[in-house]
Amino acid sequence: MVLIAVQVNGTDHQDEVEPRLLLVQYLRETLGLTGTNIGCDTSSCGACTVLLNGESVKSCTLLAAQADGAEIQTIEGLAPAEGPLHPVQEAFRENHALQCGYCTPGMVMAAVSLLEEEDQLTERTVREGLEGNLCRCTGYHNIVRAVLACAAERGMVPGSVS
Amino acid sequence: MIPAPFDYVRAGSAEEAVALLVEHGDEAKLLAGGHSLLPLMKLRLAIPSVLIDVGRVHELSFIEEQGDEVAIGALTRHHDLETSSLLKEQVPMLPYIAHQVGDPQVRHRGTLGGSLAHGDPASDLPAAILALGGTLVAQGPGGRREIAAVDFFKGFLETALAPDEMLVEIRVPKAPGAGWSFQKFNRRAQDWAIVGVAAVVNGTTGIALVNMGSTPLRATAVEAAVGGGASVVEAALLAAEGADPPSDINASSEYRRHLATVLVRRALEEATS
Repeated sequence: MVLIAVQVNGTDHQDEVEPRLLLVQYLRETLGLTGTNIGCDTSSCGACTVLLNGESVKSCTLLAAQADGAEIQTIEGLAPAEGPLHPVQEAFRENHALQCGYCTPGMVMAAVSLLEEEDQLTERTVREGLEGNLCRCTGYHNIVRAVLACAAERGMVPGSVS
Repeated sequence: MIPAPFDYVRAGSAEEAVALLVEHGDEAKLLAGGHSLLPLMKLRLAIPSVLIDVGRVHELSFIEEQGDEVAIGALTRHHDLETSSLLKEQVPMLPYIAHQVGDPQVRHRGTLGGSLAHGDPASDLPAAILALGGTLVAQGPGGRREIAAVDFFKGFLETALAPDEMLVEIRVPKAPGAGWSFQKFNRRAQDWAIVGVAAVVNGTTGIALVNMGSTPLRATAVEAAVGGGASVVEAALLAAEGADPPSDINASSEYRRHLATVLVRRALEEATS
């Protein structure tokens, strides 16, 4: 067993974990944070995307032991329970950027990371930036629209008025 | 999917990692970003009994000038390569190719050293280092040794690294004015290349092929033809000479051989324009 200490959505946790425990299992089964979905389980679909020290990662392809000492953010930690939605969540709602919703937590976390990382975004770079996330409903147009709406609000889209 | 059980140990330095490799022998595997190894372990295609996590050896994450070369620590992530202003200036092909690997999440975890040490012929970065004429630095119990990129890839997922050696550094020649091109042909975003070609034209010509055999490989017949004065179109026809590309769900071997000639021509045209 490996002792890990992580901060998840602002709360400190210490747990003894089996070395082969994947981060996504730790989040879902040990901590009960089931907002992070398991899709393909092969690091292809991105449904399990969370932020590790602010950067998007696929939590199905990371050992919980590798995350020791890290700050992790999941979909549950984006907005306070009673408070307003995170701007990316709000933009997904406004733009009808989800159909079945299965890819949504991973899509939103990937978008949050992308918006933090880039200075400017265009439709093309949003599509490229979300290439690690698959939507089984193929609802990509509105997802891209939602991320671009967020980017425009932050003044990141050339030519748009923020 | 859950990997088979293993023991997990952490190394705080390259010396510690090598000592742990010596202690555990070839039952052990080094774990860097884990984006090649963990998927294999989840499929039980790899069942190491000990994982030596080198992900915290921060001293091996760097990109710095070293005379005529740029030295890159083996644990430098693809994301660090694609955003490096030094590389964009001195070796612009490398950040461009790093940006083609996987997707942003993969690039946040995967490392250059991990990709090279894995030795997958379908990966983009080994071809980049081959075409650039890079040098790899391995550290073992007896110290460090240098291995030319052309001597590094030995067989399918096999490299010149001994079981008790760790790849610690990669050096590539500075070539800010070199012509270059990377042609990656795939059907879906984030996929591996069905065939890929990296070309560097800088006095001499370096061409490396992705997914055209059991190892990442140089297109030596094309390089020799270009060196001998052949036209781009003539030289490109030799792209598959000596290659033994696989047939798989994406393409037949024959299709890959044809594709290589097309992509090498495009790469040479772009690199020399």
